[in-house]
Amino acid sequence: MTLAAAPPEEAAAGAATPEFERAAARAESRRGFLIAGPAYLYLVVFFAVPLGIVFAYSFADRNRFGEAVFTDPGFDAYRRLAEPIVRDILFRSLWLALLTTGICLLIGYPFSYFLTTRSPRARNILLVFVMIPFWSNFLVRNYAWRVILGKDGIISRIADFLGLGEAEILFTPSAVVLGLVYGFLPFMILPLYASIERIESSLIEAGRDLYASGWQSFRRILFPLSKPGVIAGSILVFVPSLGAYVTPEILGGAKTTLLGSYIVTQFLTARNWPVGASLSFVLMAVMLVATIVYFRAGGRNL
Amino acid sequence: MTERVPAVRIAGITKRFGDVTAVDDIDLEIGDGEFFALLGPSGCGKTTTLRMIAGLDFPTMGSLKIFGDEVGTLPPNKRPVNTVFQAYALFPHMNVADNIAFGLKMQKVDRLERDRRVAEAVGLVQLGGMEGRRPNQLSGGQQQRVALARALVNRPKVLLLDEPLGALDLKLRQEMQLELKALQREVGITFVFVTHDQEEALTMSDRIAVMHEGRLLQTGAPEDIYQRPSNRFVADFIGRTNLLEGTVASAGEVVLSNGMRVQAASEHAFGAKVAVSLRPEQAFLHRRGGAPGGWPSIDGVLREVTYVGNALVHSVAVDWITIEVRAPHRSTETPLQVGDDVSVSWAPGGVTVVGD
Repeated sequence: MTLAAAPPEEAAAGAATPEFERAAARAESRRGFLIAGPAYLYLVVFFAVPLGIVFAYSFADRNRFGEAVFTDPGFDAYRRLAEPIVRDILFRSLWLALLTTGICLLIGYPFSYFLTTRSPRARNILLVFVMIPFWSNFLVRNYAWRVILGKDGIISRIADFLGLGEAEILFTPSAVVLGLVYGFLPFMILPLYASIERIESSLIEAGRDLYASGWQSFRRILFPLSKPGVIAGSILVFVPSLGAYVTPEILGGAKTTLLGSYIVTQFLTARNWPVGASLSFVLMAVMLVATIVYFRAGGRNL
Repeated sequence: MTERVPAVRIAGITKRFGDVTAVDDIDLEIGDGEFFALLGPSGCGKTTTLRMIAGLDFPTMGSLKIFGDEVGTLPPNKRPVNTVFQAYALFPHMNVADNIAFGLKMQKVDRLERDRRVAEAVGLVQLGGMEGRRPNQLSGGQQQRVALARALVNRPKVLLLDEPLGALDLKLRQEMQLELKALQREVGITFVFVTHDQEEALTMSDRIAVMHEGRLLQTGAPEDIYQRPSNRFVADFIGRTNLLEGTVASAGEVVLSNGMRVQAASEHAFGAKVAVSLRPEQAFLHRRGGAPGGWPSIDGVLREVTYVGNALVHSVAVDWITIEVRAPHRSTETPLQVGDDVSVSWAPGGVTVVGD
């Protein structure tokens, strides 16, 4: 930028220089930091600090009275996680979370695609239907399922009427998966819809025009292009499913203890804070790794 | 050409979307090897017609044959046609080579043959060296070439092009017009293209079908359509023209609304309301009374002169309308001034009569 090209008043104030540009960029980033300040402060005080405390406790020991003490900090609590009972709970939770994610994807994808083929008006109405369940309390909705799935519930009665005998769904892993799918399906549908909606319909038509069957144009064009939505939706369902507490507590039986319940038990009943804390951190690590791997795998083709 | 089976034969095709009739009972034959234009303003049904040939829309009724085979109800992947889409619709997650190879892959052409044909298509559209690029790394013109190669590599019997040059700027568009024409001659495939640009249609096509409000108004070679438009809409839409309203007085005479009698042959019935179409470049401008003897002329006042580079466009107010006269720019003559009394004349037979 030359001096001659600058408007007169700017020229009077001083020529633009690299220093001026850098100072402007710094001022810009300072302003950004100020705007984000309250959120940062909130996260540090109410998230980062408590997390740090939990992390510290995961290295503590438990004394005879169930108090966490720091006399000999070490990895004892983490070692306890290798015990079969904890390992089984971890694998069961992983499996149910994966199953929930898979079922949500199978149900959510066709529905999201269907949404994109509707008129804008119909889409909005259908999207509202997707979100209506959020308007009522999560706990209440889970208890509702307990009524539906219970001994005198409608499912059981229909099964009985059809001569299939009493259906025993409540307090089984199936009930938990059902509840989780029900609870988290909108988290799958919304990002999927957002990402499918952005795909030009002419791309699918071009695929069909170039000899792709309906299935091939889905596999080669629609699905690869909707991967950002698949990934976002899967993470949004997988992560809360893995740590779910309310749904397994209400719909799962004593035999299907999952991670969330186990962690709560460690803190409140067993009075073993170090194990509860270490398990929380392992869970976070699993989620983080799973998220990174998933993003990387999808990112190559995006 | 009449001996051969037409590339596309459309008979009594109608397409309705709900209450809207997009295409209204059209009949059309497109010859093998023709460069054929479907021309009309937006909403005239030209794109719907093209999409029905492609199989992207299905006719409500009627018959659609490609080289003699009825295809009206076949899905697009079962038809021997390929399409160049309006905004190209290149697959953003594939590079140029994969885009071009897509159709061959779907047809399970083996790898060696596929690579050979992709290379050939890349050469045909002069995209050598670009094979590894993603569509978003290409210019508009390059994307257009990829779209062409992606369709042509399949050796379709008919290539359909939906406003193929619409997204390009003027200069590039004019270059591509000539290139497309040369390409069509080279590959010898029937090209059917949709455009709303009459100049583009006139420049590129062997034959043009003019559509309006779902109906087919006229089909013919560019000269036919330009020189002998079948009705008022075609005359006005193709090129610029002056429409002088009148009534048929006898087989060879039209009485204009100002009472002037004009010699012009027409097949319209006596008393029919018609218009005499006078092309701006077939009209001549003189000082009042200076028209050549025996030429029909109308007196008026010069209202405006517009310089358009290669010509001057004169607006002449006669008593009931304004007539446009286009004349080459000559520096030797004493130029006419705005406000001068002038006459507009034309050679006998230099006008056409058009009905509604």
